[in-house]
Amino acid sequence: MVEATQTEAPTLIGKSGDSMREAFGHALVELAGEREDLVVLDADIAGGTGVHNFRDACPERFFQFGIAEQNMMAVAGGMASMGLRPVVTTFAVFCLRAVEQARLSIAYSKRKVLIAASHPGLDVGPDGGSAQCFEDMAAYRAIPGMTVLSPADPVEMRLATRAAIAHDGPVYMRTGRSPVRRLFDETHQFAIGRGTQLRDGTDVTLVACGVEVARALDAAELLAADGVSARVVNMPSIEPVDHELLAACARETRAFVTAEDHSVRGGLGSAVAESLATHLPRPIQFVGMRDEFGTSAEPDELAAHYGIDAHGIAAAARLALTR
Amino acid sequence: MSATTTETHELATRARRLQLAAIYHAGSGHPGGSLSCTDLLVWLWQNAYREAVPNDAAGGEQFILSKGHAAPALYAVGAEFGLMTRDEALTLRKLGSPCQGHPHVVDLPWTGASTGSLGQGFSVGVGKALAMKHRKLAGFVTVILGDGELQEGECWEAAMSAAHHKLGNLIAVVDYNKLQSDDWNSAICGLEPLTDKWRSFGWRVLEVDGHDYDELDRVFAEARDGCSPAPTCIIAHTHKGQGVSFMEDSPLWHGSVCLTEEQLRDSLRDLGTPDDEINSWLEGSAPRG
Ligand SMILES: Cc1ncc(C[n+]2csc(CCOP(=O)(O)OP(=O)(O)O)c2C)c(N)n1
Ligand SMILES: [Mg+2]
Repeated sequence: MVEATQTEAPTLIGKSGDSMREAFGHALVELAGEREDLVVLDADIAGGTGVHNFRDACPERFFQFGIAEQNMMAVAGGMASMGLRPVVTTFAVFCLRAVEQARLSIAYSKRKVLIAASHPGLDVGPDGGSAQCFEDMAAYRAIPGMTVLSPADPVEMRLATRAAIAHDGPVYMRTGRSPVRRLFDETHQFAIGRGTQLRDGTDVTLVACGVEVARALDAAELLAADGVSARVVNMPSIEPVDHELLAACARETRAFVTAEDHSVRGGLGSAVAESLATHLPRPIQFVGMRDEFGTSAEPDELAAHYGIDAHGIAAAARLALTR
Repeated sequence: MSATTTETHELATRARRLQLAAIYHAGSGHPGGSLSCTDLLVWLWQNAYREAVPNDAAGGEQFILSKGHAAPALYAVGAEFGLMTRDEALTLRKLGSPCQGHPHVVDLPWTGASTGSLGQGFSVGVGKALAMKHRKLAGFVTVILGDGELQEGECWEAAMSAAHHKLGNLIAVVDYNKLQSDDWNSAICGLEPLTDKWRSFGWRVLEVDGHDYDELDRVFAEARDGCSPAPTCIIAHTHKGQGVSFMEDSPLWHGSVCLTEEQLRDSLRDLGTPDDEINSWLEGSAPRG
């Protein structure tokens, strides 16, 4: 028989490193010190969403609902109606399960609730197709009055969390499980409805959100090696999207690529296409999940498999420039 | 213990070794809840699914693992009963493998339903049972549910509808290991009195030690006697991590965890695995025999 002491505690997946969920959890703890009304709701995955930080710091403002996301979502609407500022946390795919509660009891009722979704897109990797959610931004973006955010690194995640809590309306925000590359320093600024240009370029604009921003920067390097000048725009605000910045890019570059760890239908690509079509049409290529579900493998491996890595973005840029 | 019970135990031990090796090579997965339902799965495959693989749309026995995160146990039992090779089961969670992190019915039709979002497998099971009743097809639909899973409102919608439609051909087995993802059920959102809940929803309720094969014989015989117009719930008292002492009854081993070489070695030793076999598992090839 093996003694319990002989075998070490298990390593939980993605626990180490600089992840957006950890930045999100820490931002909530920081905000808790600033506002009394902040409460956090969990459905038995606090360890996965990063809100274990908040639970440990403010146990009296942490509410556990068990594995019951639909109830939790509408409960948040009720708590918001009684003077609290609820933050609902679960995985992106289970936010999808409670879309109708978010629609009626939060958005339609004009409740200020932050819905924070960890493990979006390919981020859940080996958990496989059933857990990989590529439809959440499309579904939430279609709800009137709902702001949809997908920050790109831990620094931006902290700022976006603060902005979402200060915002006068409901917000759906993607976080993330896996460690990510830092893109910003402490001087970075974030505002709902605003994007930022991270690299200048004159031929094509690459617009990305979430984990795709780092990949778009890598794609710009690949393109530069081929003599293509690519501008990179970080668009953490998918709804509302930054129309002014997109129009400026449309004047200054010939074509666009959008990149998201999400379906090409209804998310960032659609938001950019709708904006450009209305203001200043340009050829666009969409990088994201096509008409298919995911499968099990590590996130980076899957990004290459589905063509949403730097090579996929660079290829889309070359194609956009031929149109 | 009868001869057949000893044989069943050996099968279950082999399935436990295989699922742990698969989780180790995948680098992630849920060992606790997989180990807790392994004996239930082995009983079903050894007895109810002896004649034919479940989930034939033409009728006969149907099965759903609604707590889909226990997929490693399902694949391992499937492999022990010849539905795939052990080496295939070892491709768990790898690109191109039919053994995804959660069962996918398109990749593996014998899994009956794509699961992983808790609660839904139960409703799909109600749908199968209702269709079988409507089409006058013989056979039972058996669904394995987690106890934490029962917190989903959908489970109680499913339970209510199954009783309303008098689905005597439906058996819900609750893998009652009293633990869920972050903590004990009682600390997260209490389920008790669980037996009364099911009864009040119009179900026949039976209780059993979910690791005792003789008791499982008895309780499944009753559940499958065909006498009850009401659906049957079997509350199977189990231990999360059953079979590996350092994982037993510990929330730490729910998942999704990355097993180290040492941890796999220790858990295989705990399961009485001979040293040469341990090396073979570590290398990623299933021992022969
Ligand atoms: C709808 C839904 N919400 C959350 C999860 C994440 N999750 C996976 S397993 C699990 C705990 C399940 O506990 P239980 O049903 O008791 O399973 P077991 O103890 O048998 O592993 C959770 C919360 C999920 N898979 N589905
Ligand atoms: Mg449990």
